[in-house]
Amino acid sequence: MLQIGLQHYLVLSAIVFSLGILCMVTKRNALGILIGVELVLNAANINLVAFSRYQTGAADGHMFAVFVILLAAAEAAIGIAIFMNFYNTLQTIDVDRGDELRH
Amino acid sequence: MLEALAFYIFAAVTLVSAIGVAVSRNIVRSAVCLLGTLGGVACLYFLLNANLLAAIQLIVYAGGTLILIVFGVMLTSKSPWVVFDPSRAQVVGAVIVTVLLATGLCMMLLGHTWPASAGPLPALQVKDIGKMLLTDYLVPFEAASVLLLVVMIGAAYLARPEK
Repeated sequence: MLQIGLQHYLVLSAIVFSLGILCMVTKRNALGILIGVELVLNAANINLVAFSRYQTGAADGHMFAVFVILLAAAEAAIGIAIFMNFYNTLQTIDVDRGDELRH
Repeated sequence: MLEALAFYIFAAVTLVSAIGVAVSRNIVRSAVCLLGTLGGVACLYFLLNANLLAAIQLIVYAGGTLILIVFGVMLTSKSPWVVFDPSRAQVVGAVIVTVLLATGLCMMLLGHTWPASAGPLPALQVKDIGKMLLTDYLVPFEAASVLLLVVMIGAAYLARPEK
């Protein structure tokens, strides 16, 4: 218990991942879904860095984590631009209202 | 011993704020709890000897992405305390599926014995990561810069005012 190893990080990341999924499926606010995606990406990053530290002994996991952070920033920028358009069209950010292809 | 204590503290911060993100009905509280999760994960990176990654996490995630989300919250809600609730059946189903997923993953991870490690990774210098970015990872690095340009143009195009 006192010796921290790979499994501690993996279990933590599995729980954070599940909470991210829970956040994604229970929020109806589009930004809540985006926040859930960020949680899932963070869980993946913990895994990558933990494997890099405890298993491979190389820095490749760090590289992947850097690119994941970059992609998360890009995804948030585009996602929020889309949500702005959604809000301008429907006057709400509730994803259940976005059930038409044309408005 | 000290490492274990630090791990459990940071893991508790991360988990408690992740639970706050998932169960909070208010989007502003979710965003604030996300800040706690991102900070906790950054501390875990420090613990894993990934100093540069922890700094990037704090600067890009906590300083950039989270602020963007908070701006999105402010721009898209008529009142900051706006709440949309899913139906009770949806919540119960989601919680059951999530608990099954988490227990399944944890049982699988704890049941597996990982092969002996190749020795702990020495603390990486920023210099080494910079060298890797411009040698082994040059193609992804360039692709990422093109992607960022595309994202910048795309976001400006999508968010333009209606004519």
